[in-house]
Amino acid sequence: MEQLRTIGRELAMGSQGGWGQSKEFLDLVKSIGEARSKAEEDRIIARELEHLKRRLADPDVPRRKMKELLLRLVYAEMLGHDASFGHIHAVKMTHDESLPLKRTGYLAVALFIDERHDLVILVVNTIQKDLRSDNYLVVCAALTAACRLIGEEAMPAVLPQVVELLAHPKEAVRKKAVMALHRFYQRSPSSVSHLVSNFRKRLCDNDPGVMGATLCPLYDLILEDPSSYKDLVVSFVNILKQVAERRLPTSYDYHQMPAPFIQIKLLKILAVLGSGDKQASGHMYTVLGDIFRKGDTTSNIGNAILYECICCISSIFPNPKMLEAAAETTSKFLKSDSHNLKYMGIDALGRLIKINPDIAEEHQLAVIDCLEDPDDTLKRKTFELLYKMTKSTNVEVIVDRMIEYMINITDHHYKTEIASRCVELAEQFAPSNQWFIQTMNKVFEHAGDLVNIKVAHNLMRLIAEGFGEDDEGADSQLRSSAVDSYLRIVGEPKLPSSFLQIICWVLGEYGTADGRYSASYIIGKLCDVAEAHLTDDTVKVCSHILAPISFVTYFGLFLSCVLYTEAYAISAILKIIAFEIARGRKIDMLPECQTLVDELSASHSTDLQQRAYELQALLGLDKHAVESVMPSDASCEDIEVDRNLSFLNGFVQQALESGASPYIPESERSGVISVGSYRSQEQHETSAHALRFEAYELPKASLPVATAQASMSMPTTDLVPVSEPGYYKEDHQTSRSQPSGDSLSGEFGVKLRLDGVQKKWGRPTYSSSTPSSSTSSQQATNGGSHSDGGGSTSSHTRESSYGSKRQQGTEVSAEKQKLAASLFGSSAAKADRKAQASRKTAKESPLSEKATVTNATPPPIKEQLTPAAPPPDLLDLGEPVSSSAPSADPFSQLEGLLGPASATPVVSETPATVSSQTPDLMSIFSDDVQTGPSSGSTEPTLGDSSLKNSQKGATAVASKKGPSLQDALQKDATARQVGVTPTGNNPNLFKDLLG
Amino acid sequence: MISTKALSGCAATGRAEVAGGASDVPDPVGIFAERTLIHFVLLISRQGKVRLTKWYTPYQQKQRNKVIKEVSALVLDRGPKMCNFVDWQGYRVVYKRYASLYFCMCIDPTDNELETLQIIHHYVEILDRYFGNVCELDLIFNFHKAYFILDEVLIAGELQESNKKAVLRLVTAQDTMVEAAKEEASSLSNIIAQATK
Repeated sequence: MEQLRTIGRELAMGSQGGWGQSKEFLDLVKSIGEARSKAEEDRIIARELEHLKRRLADPDVPRRKMKELLLRLVYAEMLGHDASFGHIHAVKMTHDESLPLKRTGYLAVALFIDERHDLVILVVNTIQKDLRSDNYLVVCAALTAACRLIGEEAMPAVLPQVVELLAHPKEAVRKKAVMALHRFYQRSPSSVSHLVSNFRKRLCDNDPGVMGATLCPLYDLILEDPSSYKDLVVSFVNILKQVAERRLPTSYDYHQMPAPFIQIKLLKILAVLGSGDKQASGHMYTVLGDIFRKGDTTSNIGNAILYECICCISSIFPNPKMLEAAAETTSKFLKSDSHNLKYMGIDALGRLIKINPDIAEEHQLAVIDCLEDPDDTLKRKTFELLYKMTKSTNVEVIVDRMIEYMINITDHHYKTEIASRCVELAEQFAPSNQWFIQTMNKVFEHAGDLVNIKVAHNLMRLIAEGFGEDDEGADSQLRSSAVDSYLRIVGEPKLPSSFLQIICWVLGEYGTADGRYSASYIIGKLCDVAEAHLTDDTVKVCSHILAPISFVTYFGLFLSCVLYTEAYAISAILKIIAFEIARGRKIDMLPECQTLVDELSASHSTDLQQRAYELQALLGLDKHAVESVMPSDASCEDIEVDRNLSFLNGFVQQALESGASPYIPESERSGVISVGSYRSQEQHETSAHALRFEAYELPKASLPVATAQASMSMPTTDLVPVSEPGYYKEDHQTSRSQPSGDSLSGEFGVKLRLDGVQKKWGRPTYSSSTPSSSTSSQQATNGGSHSDGGGSTSSHTRESSYGSKRQQGTEVSAEKQKLAASLFGSSAAKADRKAQASRKTAKESPLSEKATVTNATPPPIKEQLTPAAPPPDLLDLGEPVSSSAPSADPFSQLEGLLGPASATPVVSETPATVSSQTPDLMSIFSDDVQTGPSSGSTEPTLGDSSLKNSQKGATAVASKKGPSLQDALQKDATARQVGVTPTGNNPNLFKDLLG
Repeated sequence: MISTKALSGCAATGRAEVAGGASDVPDPVGIFAERTLIHFVLLISRQGKVRLTKWYTPYQQKQRNKVIKEVSALVLDRGPKMCNFVDWQGYRVVYKRYASLYFCMCIDPTDNELETLQIIHHYVEILDRYFGNVCELDLIFNFHKAYFILDEVLIAGELQESNKKAVLRLVTAQDTMVEAAKEEASSLSNIIAQATK
């Protein structure tokens, strides 16, 4: 092992004294490192790319030099610049005979391009050849590249060889072959499905590494179809048992845990296999219990295993004893000081409450602490937990909290998510209609443009249809309260347009329904809205919202909802006027309304024009006509749409009889046919261009060639829809939405493509039915819990207590208790008791934690077992338990490194001369780097090494630092030759990453 | 119930965009809803400089830059006491700071974050053994070595080998071949250099 330790460094240093690269490259890296701004960095890289472009095109560049140029290209692209001109050179280098060049070529290609790239075609052949190589290292390199570069279409070319390699004598090759096959399976399950039995075989491989790798594909396979792998339950349990009993070689140990990564993978698999299967779960309890018993809560990896165990237990058939153990570990997590463990604890709790909701009560204060933690990650995780434990009793508190948090975040993605969760919870558990409307208003006000447009439609429908079987009075009361709240809100600036549309619609339908507001008042408000939004970009917003959402589901919706806010406003005005006329009142047109109508009738949008003209036409109608055109409160009435336009049949018949030519569906017309034939021609071309994966030099093997070609022709046809440009898809989309879309199937090529499209997009279609069902269920719950009046009072108390909390920090615990009571408990007394109890435990917990801290003392153990590793100064930043030096905080030391001035206090033990010298050294190096290594390199290295020593803290044992000191000296010396100095703007570059 | 997200991320449809993947937020409630996959590995310095990037799900260059910008802003902003996980676009980024270098891995939100944290550490330990007290400078100048080692630790977004010795053995075996070839080449280039002088 020692050998291995140093050989890397030696090799890395290379024989030329530097890091093995030329001066040019080192200079580049250095100048990038010293660049003061992004612009400067960009300039340097741009210059470098120009240079590389010239050099790479030069045919006389030696191959070894080429390798370096390629690495520089990788470097440039890593920094975010486009180096696509050099990709072809990377591809060329994979053809090289020598392994180092080939390996670099593969590395670069795998970094530059992925399987979708055109150049992949040029690499496939090389990969294929290399997979047959005698040198296992070449095979390894090819397999690694294959994982990245082989897409579905190239798969048949390499598949047979990869399968062969599963039986390769070298375990490294077998392992990579398993992973490659796994990757192929992920890309295209159908091409590899006949080979999955190989994974079962590899599970029994002699090498634990191969076995461990095999668990990855098996996990995926089992996820898809657990039932066909039930026979392996006992094997998995046995393997897990053996691993936990340390039967694997100790080289698989990680921080004294036996093969933890394999354990975790096995636990994941068992979780799937045991889900809902009592018998299979029965096999697992013993080994899971063992793992819990042996669990090590002092190390990260031990906790990772325990967490996975909890996941497994919460997924398999429940067992009271196991659940108890899981709950115990969860509470350990939650009581921990480490944010990481708290986070895992919250997650674990979320899993356990699905089985036993009572578990959460014990931890209510811990949960609330996490909820109020400044760490966003923890907070969000806690919201996830709250979302899972929402009931009708605590929905108000939770949703209020969520909205409060939602208002203050800028992260669009999460805002969308939490908004949709608020909506979902509100729809599901709303205690009262009043509350529901208010909540929805808040959500729309702050995240209206992020919420799915369906939610807006739901809300409108809800207001229109009322809430189930309740009497009309309640419904109209609800409507007037909605109108009230909207009239209040509507004047506010910057309301999301979807919200404005709801407002317009509701005001139009119900604004004057109860007679409290005059028509002209409402019309005035609506005119204001329309005026403010004449330059609105609702269309853009709409498309922005809808674009990421599944296209099929929303395409129809999309067309119907691309409406300007003005359109909503003018229609609302129209309705109000209509209702007024119907009531027989006299309408006097407001001047602002008149200007609006005039403006809109000259609008670019024909839709707006039409609405404006409709309004004008309506004004001229009498009461009776208006009533039939615009019946009052008829939004819920179904409008029958005859999609086949059957009422025109007679007319069509008559026309045909009188000699008109019959209608030919669009798809059967000549133009489309020519497009179709063009497409099939294109398709033909693609197949002509298809890869020939078989080598040319074997004429005798005609049969395999033929079969390979046959198998190739299938994927190429499949390929076509993939490469098809986007507008075709849209084209099909429209034709699919037409009832006559079936007739498209007449043309073969088109049908094939359509299949492809359907397959790709088919699934989301079914999702459209869910919202309606959810609303109906929500209506049901609303009806059920309508009488529940206590909810609003509790929210009031919460709000008031929240206000007091802001003023006084001392009442925090009382506030928390209240929050806990409202979140967790139903009856106040019970919650109070609980809160007190848990407060007790909270008080006790610091003590117990202290005890564990003193008990743990991990540093000496660590040093004993891994003497090679220096004391963990940086390693354990995140683990408060195992910090070795109680006096010196490693972090402050580290920070101290940044500025030389603050570094001096840390250097308390080093001679004073050093600390006084440091600034001098700095000046030396900042003045002139190239003064020559003779005078510069001896003293400074000494100074630096002592600096380094001081960084290690007082606990660093000198003898242990022996080799590293040498390393450090060597490294520093090299660095100086290059011209990078530790006194530069970033001395941290020299800091050991691993303590 | 198979993750459509992970699949679409891998599928050669060309639609595997960041936004596309992130828009259909996976159901975090269902445990089996997701495959577990590392989507990318990112090494950034405290100053936000990129030291290494490896993408296991396809991202276009433009997206990559965006991702790097977003993730580094998120990660560098976090305090020392906060947890080592952060939500990003419906995924979870697990990060850990070593000296002045942040190691980040992006995983599916249903995966085991603590395990990923240890995979990062596993990688760093291997780097440490290979370079002998690895420091950031080693990774700057030998980023290709860091890539080679990463290729032995992770493959296609999954942990490939948890045995440090096995990884080091393989990397060293490759290096010895590189070294042999290097000597050969340098002697050759010396001859050429002398001949051309």
